[in-house]
Amino acid sequence: MNKVVKNVEEALTGIESGMTLMLGGFGLCGIPENSIAQLVKMKVKDLTCISNNAGVDDFGLGLLLQEKQIKKMISSYVGENAEFERQMLSGELEVDLIPQGSLAERCRAGGAGIPAFFTPAGYGTEVAEGKEVRVFNGKPHILESALTADFAIVKAWKGDTEGNLVFKATACNFNPMMAMAGKITIAEVEELVPAGELDPNFIHTPGIFVQRIFKGEKFEKRIEQRTVRTK
Amino acid sequence: MALDKIGIAKRIAQELRDGWYVNLGIGIPTLVANYIPEGIEVEFQSENGVLGMGPFPFEGEEDADLINAGKQTITTLKGAAFFDSATSFAMIRGQHVQLTVLGAMEVSQNGDIANWKIPGKMVKGMGGAMDLVASAENIIVAMMHSNREGESKILKKCSLPLTGVGCVKKVVTELAVLEIKDNKFYLLERAPGVSVEEIISKTEGDLVVPDFVPEMKL
Repeated sequence: MNKVVKNVEEALTGIESGMTLMLGGFGLCGIPENSIAQLVKMKVKDLTCISNNAGVDDFGLGLLLQEKQIKKMISSYVGENAEFERQMLSGELEVDLIPQGSLAERCRAGGAGIPAFFTPAGYGTEVAEGKEVRVFNGKPHILESALTADFAIVKAWKGDTEGNLVFKATACNFNPMMAMAGKITIAEVEELVPAGELDPNFIHTPGIFVQRIFKGEKFEKRIEQRTVRTK
Repeated sequence: MALDKIGIAKRIAQELRDGWYVNLGIGIPTLVANYIPEGIEVEFQSENGVLGMGPFPFEGEEDADLINAGKQTITTLKGAAFFDSATSFAMIRGQHVQLTVLGAMEVSQNGDIANWKIPGKMVKGMGGAMDLVASAENIIVAMMHSNREGESKILKKCSLPLTGVGCVKKVVTELAVLEIKDNKFYLLERAPGVSVEEIISKTEGDLVVPDFVPEMKL
């Protein structure tokens, strides 16, 4: 089935203010940068964004924060962002911080039809407040519920016209689980190839999880912490 | 003399065992990778989705798609593997990773750890720390014995919001190696030239001190 849309405008059609979005990426690595730029242009507001991080001040989800388009962030780590801090401390922005593994698994569960699961992460901490606790094999676990989204927006290295996706290195991160958990999943890719060109043995995300795919116009791929050694 | 960060990392590196998969946190724990004892093989996991992490790249060889959990550019070694975040935390929660080394603001004598939040200050989030401490069989905490005001961070009970409960088994500070069991700290080793009295005075939690406390060999 052909999932190709002609550009980012067409890909993001139907996203409205007040919706819940999942956005792949870890820090600035593997984020759907073309789609984020388009969300800024669309001026959609009151978004709930599920994403491991919130970008930096002038890149990634930081761009949506600058325009005050986000009502609530669901993330595991949100440092390195002054505007985020200002909005959070002033109460303009709701923030739900959840352990990274629980965030990943809640997205996976959402896509896999599992409404909730027990995990030891966060037991005995404020993350566990109000959650059911049950002991398995002598160890207490807390009940975490699945996450889904109106739209999931992911970024892949290569994709084909069927929506099959291949990720590169650590730009994979949350993208595969979020692709599963979106009611509509949009994939922006660096290389878009005809069906049959990707080896079916090496597909990371099967096309069944992707409804729309397009080739991103340009990828800046900013590095957040450039760290090198000397020769 | 009290150890510096490198000294702490070197001492923790002595805890590595052949064949282990190891997750290193940000800060001092990252330095442990530089002091792997000779003759053993360990593989480093970073929770953003890589096994077989190598050193930082040479200038000009950075790849924006290849980072560690601290968002630093990295390289990979032969035999490395990439995977998604759910698989990564399956490795962690499923206890396939043998050792976790991470930093802490406070630890207590029942093995509780606090390292993610200071009330009233900006909260950045726990990242993967809660998943790591809840599941790892073997957790070593790398930290300073006391804070800038000189107050002990080795406590009867943590005062900060917890990251995990009853999970820490070993602590390496600039002064000492401590083991946590039976709701007490046990003094195993002291830093070269550091007196037992100094360690006692800087430890608020209950500390069991044997007659002879060997110096660390670094």
